[in-house]
Amino acid sequence: MSDADDQAFDIELKLLVDAIFLRYHYDFRGYAQASLKRRLTVARDRFGCRSLSQLQDKVLHDPATFPALLDYLTVQVSEMFRDPAYFLALREKIVPLLRTYPSLKFWVAGCSTGEEVYSLAILLREEGLLSRSLIYATDINSHALAKAEAGVFEIDRIPGFTENHRRSGARSSLSDYYTAAYGRAVFDKSLRKHIVFSDHSLATDSVFAEVQLVSCRNVLIYFNRELQDRAVGLFHEALCRKGFLGIGSKESLRFSRHAGSFVDRVREDRIYQKADQP
Amino acid sequence: MIALPGNIENIDGIVIGASAGGVEAMSAILPALPARLRAAVFVVLHLPRERPSLLVDIFSHKCALPVREAQDKEPVEPGTIYFAPPDYHLLLDAGPSLSLSADELVHYSRPSIDVLFESAADQYGARLLGIILTGGNRDGAAGLAAVRRRGGVTLVQEPGEAQVPLMPESALKEGPVDFVLPLERIAALLRTLAGRME
Ligand SMILES: C[S@@+](CC[C@H](N)C(=O)[O-])C[C@H]1O[C@@H](n2cnc3c(N)ncnc32)[C@H](O)[C@@H]1O
Repeated sequence: MSDADDQAFDIELKLLVDAIFLRYHYDFRGYAQASLKRRLTVARDRFGCRSLSQLQDKVLHDPATFPALLDYLTVQVSEMFRDPAYFLALREKIVPLLRTYPSLKFWVAGCSTGEEVYSLAILLREEGLLSRSLIYATDINSHALAKAEAGVFEIDRIPGFTENHRRSGARSSLSDYYTAAYGRAVFDKSLRKHIVFSDHSLATDSVFAEVQLVSCRNVLIYFNRELQDRAVGLFHEALCRKGFLGIGSKESLRFSRHAGSFVDRVREDRIYQKADQP
Repeated sequence: MIALPGNIENIDGIVIGASAGGVEAMSAILPALPARLRAAVFVVLHLPRERPSLLVDIFSHKCALPVREAQDKEPVEPGTIYFAPPDYHLLLDAGPSLSLSADELVHYSRPSIDVLFESAADQYGARLLGIILTGGNRDGAAGLAAVRRRGGVTLVQEPGEAQVPLMPESALKEGPVDFVLPLERIAALLRTLAGRME
């Protein structure tokens, strides 16, 4: 690729993202540019296109292309009890404060294929809170949401999940929550009863419920600052008084417009608490 | 004396990639960067993914420049050394600011050198110096080619001297580079560079 091609690529990227918004109402205009560019380069090659303009043509005229492209535009990398220290901090420092509520609502934003949601549900069951809890799990990728709803994971991922679970301060064995069959682990339907999955975009949709805790991990890194501000604004609006917000281990509210609306609760594990209005 | 290309006076960003043998190689060159350096320095070192990074601790003591682990959305400060955190890609975005991603592995690696170098080439263009050091992996070769294409300065550790030569060799196969040097002379070059950039 020459320097001129590089410049054309940036123009085509902007046009493609606009086209997707106008045609499908998925809004990638506020995504962090550098990583979006990389993912679109991979997609262009996989779809056998010479340029993003050619890919745009496909996206607009071939109805099968966009759903497939969505899997390139969004990143479905997840694990159960990813960063065990985060779940340990929830368990030890946040759960005691949640016990005072007669009923609890949680929002896992950008839940991908469900690993984070099931981790939270298991933790709540272990702490005796699940029976009075409802977890909203949202994402824009409908393939991922369907997998999440099914609650089925490849069996070879289970040893890693089990080790993470153990390090999160587990009070039971992970195997209590799934049955293994045909190379897959099927998670318990009784967890699923407390979870509502739905299609929701942090870029275009608004708040739908009041919750005590939002967990949004490894999603904000894909957004530019303005879109991050929008998303964190939604979380702030959704949270009850003194509600909690947990984000990814390398994410931070420090550079956000809303930094002043939250206080650190568990600094090293990126758990914040909604500040009282001055 | 090394003959320097004209644009080396205007370097605002330095990207460095290494894999096997990388901690030792970095120890030979990062401490050579003087406190008055204007450029920001970005480092990808392949390490076991699950272990928290000790690099910042190790290098803070050795370096004249401030050393930090990159945080998402952090605005780049001149004269600072940023390490990519384990298990995240480090990229540069407009500003320039730092950007992290948990996208798929590239060349079996996250962080990947190609990902850093290509995004840095987009932001800095000719004001970038790219350095590939020792490693047993092909990561970085495409990234260094992107630096060259955008008019940046390219430097590769002499493969004969590298603890593991595959990475520098792969980078050299992608096309011509401005310098092929042993570590000691890379350190010397960085010192002169810093002097010129004042
Ligand atoms: C890397 S995964 C994070 C999964 C999980 N939270 C974790 O930390 O393991 C990022 C998820 O964010 C979702 N996502 C991307 N843009 C979104 C948006 N605008 N609104 C809601 N979710 C989004 C993607 O579809 C993907 O499932």
